[in-house]
Order: sequence, then structure tokens, then C-alpha cells
Amino acid sequence: MTRLRIFAPLLLCLLLAPVQAQVQTEEQTSGDPVIEERLARLSHDLRCLQCQNQTLADSPAGLAADLRREIREQMKAGKSDKEIIAFLQARYGDFILYRPQVKPVTYLLWFGPFVLLLTGLLVLFSYIKRRRDAIPEKPLTAEERRRAQELLQ
Amino acid sequence: MLRYLIPLGLFLILTIFLAIGLTRDPHTLPSALLDKPAPTFRLAQLKEPSKTFSADDMRGKVWLLNVWASWCVACREEHQFLPEYAKVVPIIGLNYKDNPEDALAWLSELGDPYTLSAVDLDGRVAIDYGVYGAPETYVIDKGGTIRLKHVGPVTPAVWSTKFLPLVQELNRK
Repeated sequence: MTRLRIFAPLLLCLLLAPVQAQVQTEEQTSGDPVIEERLARLSHDLRCLQCQNQTLADSPAGLAADLRREIREQMKAGKSDKEIIAFLQARYGDFILYRPQVKPVTYLLWFGPFVLLLTGLLVLFSYIKRRRDAIPEKPLTAEERRRAQELLQ
Repeated sequence: MLRYLIPLGLFLILTIFLAIGLTRDPHTLPSALLDKPAPTFRLAQLKEPSKTFSADDMRGKVWLLNVWASWCVACREEHQFLPEYAKVVPIIGLNYKDNPEDALAWLSELGDPYTLSAVDLDGRVAIDYGVYGAPETYVIDKGGTIRLKHVGPVTPAVWSTKFLPLVQELNRK
């Protein structure tokens, strides 16, 4: 029991230590729930340039935090989502968009899969049709018809 | 015969595309700011905090903007080559999200090849330049237009193939 009394505070310290560390790195939020909500929505569609397979919302990287701060400030200044995206795109290029825009360079990306699907279906249908045509339609003879009748009964 | 050649052809095309993909580094992105005016800024200088530096101060000169930080490992690798490049073209450092004390210690330890370094404490100027990692180096021409962006250390090979010819050409203009 006394041993537990000594260890309990130590254990508590150990448990709290990581929390302490986390609090220190937490970024400053704007305090405005509307802006935070908009930021959350917008940053899910933006890429973190440092860890490229993460969105700006998920990324713990320093640059991502800076960009979130930048977005917050611009939202406070009354910029629309479109203006903010244009701002980021001008600096970091299309790559910052997680959802590529539909424009001539991305046509292949957006419509390529459907073109492939369509081609596949056409090939499939023509194949089926060719096979069907290849099987000669031969009417049964009277003898065959009688045997089939027998088997069915 | 053709029915065997078509899949083989498709396979070869796929292989070629994948092989090209392997040689490319997905971390290097084309700069959106290429051939655009270099964003203006005014920042305190690292060695003389009372003085400021603006990109406009370099009008009429071809210069390099080199984004560095004392916490950046690749910057250390690159740093040894910079004095050689500084003989050809002025290099302005952008000390990116660094502790000024650490930055000064870094320069006194490794030498200071920079004409001067500007302090971008919170990374705002870096955002304007589309910086996403250090080191990054920009070539800016006499008219203040960004002509080249290089992400990663400017090794002697990169210098002699990408930077030197461009700097020489821009200086002639």
C-alpha cells in the first residue's frame, strides 16, 4: 500500500507527460467557430506539400500549420474560399488541390477511366456477338426432337 | 498473331510509362511562380536586425534567393558549395523559421557566403514564394522575375548544368 502511494504520483506524472508535450505544439485557433468550420472543410481539399499524401487538415507538418494560419487570417479578412484557393494555387500550383480541377490538362485524368470502361464494354459486346454468330443455328431433326422429348419426361 | 501482339504492345507501353515514373522525384514540383514577378517583401536582416532587406533592393541585378535554416540537414550539405557560387552571383539568404541565435551560430561555424540573410521568422514570405521545404533556391533576374526554382541542395552538378548557364545568360541581358 505504501509502495503504491509512492508510485501513484510518479505514474500520474508519466501519464500526463505526453499530454503536456502535445499542448505545447497545439496551434492557435481563431476562436471563431464559423472560421474553424470553414477551415476544416477547405483544408480537407488541400494537400500538404511537405507530406504529400496528407491533406492540409490532417498534416502535423510545420508548413501545414503555417498554411492553416494563413487561411484563418484570410478568412478573418473576409476572403471567400475561392479567393483563398486562388491565392494558394498561385504560389504552390495545382498540386495543392486534392481534387484536380476539370480543365484540358486533366481531361484524361477525369474522363480516361470512363473512356476505358466504354472501350471495354464495346470489346465485350462485339466479342459476345461474334461468338453468338459463330455458333451455327441448326434445327433439330425429328429423331433428335423425339429423344429430347423422351429425356425431358 | 495480332491478338498476341496487342497485349504485348499495351504491356510495353505501360512498362515505358512506369519506367519514366521511376526516374522522377515526386517531391519536386514545378514552381507556379516561374516567370512571374518575385513577391516583394521587407524583412529584418539576420546580422543587423535594425536594417531591413527588400527584394526590390536587388533590382537591376541577377541574384539568388536561397532558403535555409539551421535545423535543415540538407542545407548543411549544400552550404559548403555556396562560397563558390557567390563568386559569380550575389546570394541572399532567407532564414526560414529559424531561431536567429541558432542561425548566427550556424553561420559563424560554417562560414557566411550570403550577401546578407533576411529573417523570415514565421514563414510568411516563404508562403508567398511557394516554399515547401528547405533548401530551395530561386534565380531572380534584373527585372525581378523568377527564372528558376530548385528544390533541394544545389550541388555542383546542378550548379553547372542549371544555374551557371542561366545566370550567365541573364547577366548578358
